[in-house]
Amino acid sequence: MILDKKHALQQKLFREFAENEFTKEIQDELDTTHEFNWDMHKKMAKYGFMGVKIPKEYGGTGSDHLTYALMVEELARVDAVLAIYANTSNSLGGGPIMLAGNEEQKKFYLPQVASGEKIMVFGLTEPGAGSDAGGTTTTAIPDGDDYIINGRKCFISGAPMADWIVIFAKTDLTKKGSKGISMFVVDMHLPGVSLGANEKKMGINGYPTCDVVFEDVRVSKDCLVGPLNKGFQYAMKTLDGGRLGVASMSTGIAQSCLDEAVKYAKERKQFGRPIADFQGVSFMIAEMAADVEAARQLTYHAAVLKDQNSPEATKACSIAKYFAAEAANRCAYKAVQIHGGYGYIQEYKVERLYRDARIMSIFEGTSQVQQIVISSSLLK
Amino acid sequence: MKIIVTVKQVPDTSGKVAVNPDGTLDRASMQTIINPDDLNAIEAALTLKDEYGYKVVAFTMGPAPAEGMLRELMAMGVDETVLVSAREFGGSDTYATSQILAAAIDTYGVDDDDIIFAGRQAIDGDTAQVGPQIAEKLHLPQVTYAGEIKKDGDTLTINRMLEDGYMVIKVKTPCMITCIKELNTPRYMSVIGTEECWDMPLTVMGYDALKDHELIDATTIGLKGSPTNIYKSFTPPQKGVGMMLEGAGKETTDKLAGILAGKHII
Repeated sequence: MILDKKHALQQKLFREFAENEFTKEIQDELDTTHEFNWDMHKKMAKYGFMGVKIPKEYGGTGSDHLTYALMVEELARVDAVLAIYANTSNSLGGGPIMLAGNEEQKKFYLPQVASGEKIMVFGLTEPGAGSDAGGTTTTAIPDGDDYIINGRKCFISGAPMADWIVIFAKTDLTKKGSKGISMFVVDMHLPGVSLGANEKKMGINGYPTCDVVFEDVRVSKDCLVGPLNKGFQYAMKTLDGGRLGVASMSTGIAQSCLDEAVKYAKERKQFGRPIADFQGVSFMIAEMAADVEAARQLTYHAAVLKDQNSPEATKACSIAKYFAAEAANRCAYKAVQIHGGYGYIQEYKVERLYRDARIMSIFEGTSQVQQIVISSSLLK
Repeated sequence: MKIIVTVKQVPDTSGKVAVNPDGTLDRASMQTIINPDDLNAIEAALTLKDEYGYKVVAFTMGPAPAEGMLRELMAMGVDETVLVSAREFGGSDTYATSQILAAAIDTYGVDDDDIIFAGRQAIDGDTAQVGPQIAEKLHLPQVTYAGEIKKDGDTLTINRMLEDGYMVIKVKTPCMITCIKELNTPRYMSVIGTEECWDMPLTVMGYDALKDHELIDATTIGLKGSPTNIYKSFTPPQKGVGMMLEGAGKETTDKLAGILAGKHII
């Protein structure tokens, strides 16, 4: 895809921002301390990154999916975890409110999320309900004008910093599976909400992840988002948009692997010449370049289909997410391989890229779940 | 109450420099960037806009593709842009350029509380002449090499940076200030800016719009009218990679002496 003037200018903005601001010191600090960098969060918010997908009337920039994809890709090309900073509010965090929230909810939550003042996260996964999200056991039982929530959500990215969480809970216990589930937005500071310990993750460190526990948490019925008992379909729709974000992030990581591999292959000398002169290495670089380009085109294509509200968009997002996530892992493997022993040392960026890439084929629907989505749309 | 900023699109000199047979730069074959010092001038204007509500108007002279740069500046927060563009203006040196830009700025209008900013110099010609020449032609006071700018009513207090110190100069508006990179760190475009800059005002001033202005003399504009003749342009040969020796002890000086002796320098 050849970008039009507007998107080319936006790509330039995101690239310049990431290359200048995401210094090696900040990247290393995130990876070693695992702590959230509030200064960076605020700086990204100041330039409007938190609200690219949020409509203008709710404080965002009202940009399209292609702008969003370009942003996440360019940020992830320098640092995947910092791409997640800007991704959440546009995707899993703000997404459910944008999709299903009523006017009052949109007016209240979205401007605060778009400005970066508040952080909203997404709580679907439970210890016993991962890919099988219909297995949700968290409950929200009506009590007068309120609901009482009990349950445990796990692997909640951003929970330690979050002000609000969008959760999915069973509201009709007589219904089985994905039926009878509703969506709620819950204030993280309410009595009965507590956090588990931060998970020690393989990668994407610097965006803490933990369990969120709900013990008799009382929320008013205003916190119900979308129609009662229809929350599951909104969870799926939110993830649909999220997949475009992961596809973009994976493309950024894959590109970064290629950049690092090319640079190193030209610098590193063995047997008296740069290792780029050996076909074993140059062929790996060619494979990576093809993977990166294919991932990028699939991702941009899916973004454009989403902008057109195409019925093909869901499948296209799954194809892009599936391919790009696997491509990022293939590219990370090859980038480390080209670096040899140095690729296994933390001083070289590919070591972190290898760890960061690994989650791409897992979160927001594993590669296998994407294969199910893709094939079931063909075999129905 | 406005700030006019003159900006220039320059070749990205981090790549190879291409030259036309007549000695001028082959701008078409090179990537272009916004002249770095001009971005400092833009930032200075936007900082004052944030504080005092100035309208910021950027002026450039160049071919039609310079519109891309002007859109980018509007995405950063510039309110309006003017592209001075005509075949007759092509190939102008600093004398001719400042004449045309001064006429364009004067045509647009300069009020008593206005400020004009320019970058110190452009990275292609490195002359640092256009800003001061515009000031002279518009009969405005000028302060060059601004490293700090403070506003108090109709007076600006400027730290004018010199090699070994600085002068503090007070100047009344309207005036011309040229900015150096130490003045500030230019902001990025904003996402909303990249969405909205396409519908923001960009005026093109052609030859007809300026030809009757008193500053314009048809015999002293464009390549033919420019008093400067370029004898030759070339990419200077790369210097060899230097060597760094670290340490303040005798060991380091001995090593240095050894290297110099080895090269028969001492």
